[in-house]
Amino acid sequence: MNFEEHAGKPVLAEHGIVVPDGRLCTTPDQAAQAQSEIGPVVVKAQVPTGKRGKAGGIKIADTPDEARAAAAAILGMDIGGNTVESVLIEGRQTIAREFYAAVMNDPVSKGPMVLFSALGGMDVEEAAEQDADAVRRQPVDIRRGLEVAEARAMLAGLDIAGLGDDIAEILVKLYGAYRAVDAELLEINPLALLDGGDLVALDCKFVMDDSGIKRQEALSDKGTPDKLTGLEAEGEAKGLKYIELDGDVGVLANGAGLTMTTMDVVRHHGGVPANFLEMGGEAYTKGTDALRLVLDNPKIKSLVINFCGAFARTDVMTDGILTAWEELEPEMPVFWSVHGTGDVEAVAMLKERLGIEPLPDMDEACKAAVEAAREANR
Amino acid sequence: MIVRGTDRVLIQGITGKQGTFWTERMQEYGTQITGGVNPKKAGTEHCGVPVYGSAKDAMADGDGFDVSVLFIPPLGVRDAAMDAIEAGAKGLVILTEHIPVQDVMYVLAAARERGCAVTGPNTAGGVTPGECFAGFMPAFNEKIFKKGNVGVMSRSGSLGTLICLNIVQAGYGISAFVGIGGDPIIGTTTRDAVTALDNFPGTDAVVMVGEIGGAMEEDAAEYVAGMSKPVAAFIAGGAAPAGKKMGHAGAIVMGDKGTYASKKSALEAAGATVMATPSHVGDILKERLG
Repeated sequence: MNFEEHAGKPVLAEHGIVVPDGRLCTTPDQAAQAQSEIGPVVVKAQVPTGKRGKAGGIKIADTPDEARAAAAAILGMDIGGNTVESVLIEGRQTIAREFYAAVMNDPVSKGPMVLFSALGGMDVEEAAEQDADAVRRQPVDIRRGLEVAEARAMLAGLDIAGLGDDIAEILVKLYGAYRAVDAELLEINPLALLDGGDLVALDCKFVMDDSGIKRQEALSDKGTPDKLTGLEAEGEAKGLKYIELDGDVGVLANGAGLTMTTMDVVRHHGGVPANFLEMGGEAYTKGTDALRLVLDNPKIKSLVINFCGAFARTDVMTDGILTAWEELEPEMPVFWSVHGTGDVEAVAMLKERLGIEPLPDMDEACKAAVEAAREANR
Repeated sequence: MIVRGTDRVLIQGITGKQGTFWTERMQEYGTQITGGVNPKKAGTEHCGVPVYGSAKDAMADGDGFDVSVLFIPPLGVRDAAMDAIEAGAKGLVILTEHIPVQDVMYVLAAARERGCAVTGPNTAGGVTPGECFAGFMPAFNEKIFKKGNVGVMSRSGSLGTLICLNIVQAGYGISAFVGIGGDPIIGTTTRDAVTALDNFPGTDAVVMVGEIGGAMEEDAAEYVAGMSKPVAAFIAGGAAPAGKKMGHAGAIVMGDKGTYASKKSALEAAGATVMATPSHVGDILKERLG
């Protein structure tokens, strides 16, 4: 789950990292009022994505009128597909140097990775391309945590204006925050050295591990939920992972891998999948909801149902779908492939209740569904 | 990470609905289950084996165990896994999905230090046909897990099951199946699983089932390049849109990272045959194994 800057910075502040005085505003008048309280400010679009500056989403304002005009220009702007609904107004700082600091989950070392670069303000990957030594990396044993000595050691030899001890301390605090909030990424870019000598976090990127949300309830309320289409939201409410796509062949399968593969095979046979919908894992008892969801998409012209049961019993899934089918009686060409746990019972159920037999394999089922969609479009 | 018939297996969470159902299936198939864990039912018997208060008790008081299979809810996994690791487990199979990643990293750090091989999390487990299975796989279905000479690994349990079915339909059989799980951070990587299958007795070819997201297939390709046994691969998610998690937390293309094209070209350059659909696996095995 992504957090906008205004929701991420309090996490830093709670762990002792200095952030600028700021106000979140949703109208130009609020922005003018905030400017009159703070003085010279930066007006920053709040969206859960980067590259705000390039998109024109960050402006400076020295008077209430300028702040009002800046907010009016930014509010409602589209940045990377997100409509700006609020701006963060922060006191403007005089910056001497910019650094980069982050902690993230690293799949290679299978532990936390602390990153630091003396080249702040820019994309850290671009910095690494310019100079391989520019981005320092320190893997951490999560059972012990980041020790100050490790943080100091990773900064050795960098041009950081003699601030090694101060920055090491900030890295330790950042690591503490990352652990406390189940972050998968917590990034400060830039970490600014101000003219007065203070180190301040001028921006914050915070992504919470989706699997950590259940133990971060209070904080996760401040995150930005994924943008979902109506059908995707319906799926989420029913505990089903549904992703709307632009084709006309409906896909219903169990397990993420098998569902993706069913989409791939539909495409391999010249069709375009209408959705991703998996009802595997704990969702395998939700066949009735799953069928309703797939059929609610007005674009679909045919349906492929592909089960290969391991944990998810195909008889239970088939029964759920047939229950909805008998109730809805849809006029929809449907092609089944059923194998694995419970398949004998599932096939018998199909014959008895729907009067059909499954196709011998997934390829045949996908091919038939693609053909039926093509026929319907003629 | 390939569980054998001689391994003693502990089931943490044995008394739950899924724990009970799959323990019975494992016992019927030949998995040597020596005990279960549920702190609230310590001292009782379940599925014909003793229930202990902890994995440490199971090791100290009972017949001991080599591998523990965890049927434990997400927020309980860290403590349960640490219990098993500290008890001296040689392997863990963690089936649970949606475990906080920082908990997973904690368990993996401890396991690495103690020399304990972790499979998962978010895996359906593994099958050694004719011997045993660990997890929730339809090992008992002979149309899918007939014994043979093809080693199979998969990030996805359902897709791995389908590939095994296709292999058996083509007249071959399975030497061992390793499900590694769909999370971004897991104990046994694609490379680890391919390496284990390459070295597993009676394996003449390896089938690798990957997914979009991450760089595990690219990493495994380095090992594949040095293999003498043929490798056939399928990568799921070629038709998936970028920037969306396709059901598995690890199955996401971000920018130009984790794409189908990157994995396909790395594996082909390493000498693997990458198939367009899983049903081609039989033809590829015929061509490469003769």
